[in-house]
Amino acid sequence: MMRLNPRYVQRGAVFVLGGATVLTLLILIFIIFFILEKGLPVLTLNFLTGNPEDLGRKGGIFPAIIGSIILPLLAILIATPLGIFTSVYLSEYTRESKLTRLIRFGTDCLAGIPSIIFGLFGYIFFVITLEMGWSILSGALTLAVMILPTIIRTSEEAIRAVPKTYREVSFSLGATGWQTVKKVILPNALPGIVTGIMLSIGRSIGETAAVIFTAGSSLRLPTSIFDSTRTMAVHFYILAREGISQENAYGTAATLIIAVLLVNLTAYWLMNRFIAKRRS
Amino acid sequence: MTTKFQIHNFSFFFKDQQILKNLEFQIPSNEIFGIIGPAGSGKTTFLRALNRMNDLETEISHKGNILMDQNDIYTDDFDVVSHRKKVGMVFAMPVPLPMSIYENVVYGPRLSGIKDRRALDGLVENSLKAAFLWDEVKDRLKTSGMRLSGGQQQRLCLARVLAMQPEVILLDEPCSGLDPISTAKIEDALTELKKQYTIVLVTNNTKQAARVADKTAFFLMGELVELGLTKQIFTSPVKKQTNDYITGRFG
Repeated sequence: MMRLNPRYVQRGAVFVLGGATVLTLLILIFIIFFILEKGLPVLTLNFLTGNPEDLGRKGGIFPAIIGSIILPLLAILIATPLGIFTSVYLSEYTRESKLTRLIRFGTDCLAGIPSIIFGLFGYIFFVITLEMGWSILSGALTLAVMILPTIIRTSEEAIRAVPKTYREVSFSLGATGWQTVKKVILPNALPGIVTGIMLSIGRSIGETAAVIFTAGSSLRLPTSIFDSTRTMAVHFYILAREGISQENAYGTAATLIIAVLLVNLTAYWLMNRFIAKRRS
Repeated sequence: MTTKFQIHNFSFFFKDQQILKNLEFQIPSNEIFGIIGPAGSGKTTFLRALNRMNDLETEISHKGNILMDQNDIYTDDFDVVSHRKKVGMVFAMPVPLPMSIYENVVYGPRLSGIKDRRALDGLVENSLKAAFLWDEVKDRLKTSGMRLSGGQQQRLCLARVLAMQPEVILLDEPCSGLDPISTAKIEDALTELKKQYTIVLVTNNTKQAARVADKTAFFLMGELVELGLTKQIFTSPVKKQTNDYITGRFG
């Protein structure tokens, strides 16, 4: 076989790798611009703060914004401690064995299950069996179950990436297992853990299937966690699917995108501040 | 002269492989006890048996006892965490924790519950002075320990151990990655420190043992071949293997 000149191969590699990056970015930018172009004209203060009228043909999306804040927030608050504790237990308090491998395999499988299955489970278990009805609580618990595997696995990876020597030093200085976790392992694994939480926030804000089945799609402003609610994603889905209002659907989508962007920026800003504070 | 550690017929196994073979000797207080020997001779495993750091590994077992101040450190109800506070360790590679110089030094004291700012400040100053590092870092205690040079990092690790106010300091080839000047600084610190502490120094560098150790033990294949006053080991060793090793014929 003819041997290619490494210089040309190198150029080719740069072209392919760079091309893939540019293409990915372009697709992303195109989607965001497309949504914002169609959605921004609808975005007014009244749209953000008003109540929907006529099934969402007119009026605003204020209850859906509240739903989109409460539901993921509650889900994250439930799933994050559970997930982090589980991953700490798996990586620090157990020896690698058949059981831990089985648990890891199980969480990987759970992470890959389509969200509508979680929706169905949540409907049967939380809504019907536990008689929570269509409510913020049912929805948040279902979302929590859905994002738990992601949080466990990303946290576990982050914890495993903390150098073994840090643990040795900590133990050699007379730390207990928990002191080592608290003072050395979690602070150093935090960036990875936050990444997992961010992914989970993104997934739960954008989730429709699991939410419709469990939190319902009420357009009223919820007054307690036992009320049904509608998230922006669900609102967008219903507006577009039922052909109620394309404009307002895009307006909702634009709000959603901007919200996700804001959440991400804030989280990264907080994390960088934390890291800078530790490194200084 | 009092005895700090009594090692009684001590053997150590990793899986079914025997790393240490029927060790039987004593380590005296307030001296530098050097351990030399080629790679794989069990020096590090022995050192880590003294502060029970081997416990962190899986599939390990031991026979015999190690006594510190007459107390068996391998009984079932032995308090390992308190023990490690009394027996500090400096590792081969300097590992500052990713926090400030100050926080590195007070890591141990904070674990023991010392919160008083002035007490901690005092510990930091004294420990860094004893590790011959104070003058170089006193104006930047809040900067990360990871920004120091290799030699400074290792002295920071020594200061971190000293801040726990231990009784024993274990050093596992502490100068293997350091330049001669940094090595000299560590050795000066050790010579000073033996007045207060019992020091066990594992080293790959036989000359280092000859320079600073009061007694030297020569390990080979998990066995103690010879143990004696450093001067005697290096000038008139009894065993042929010892002579071969220190004259550089193998290892």
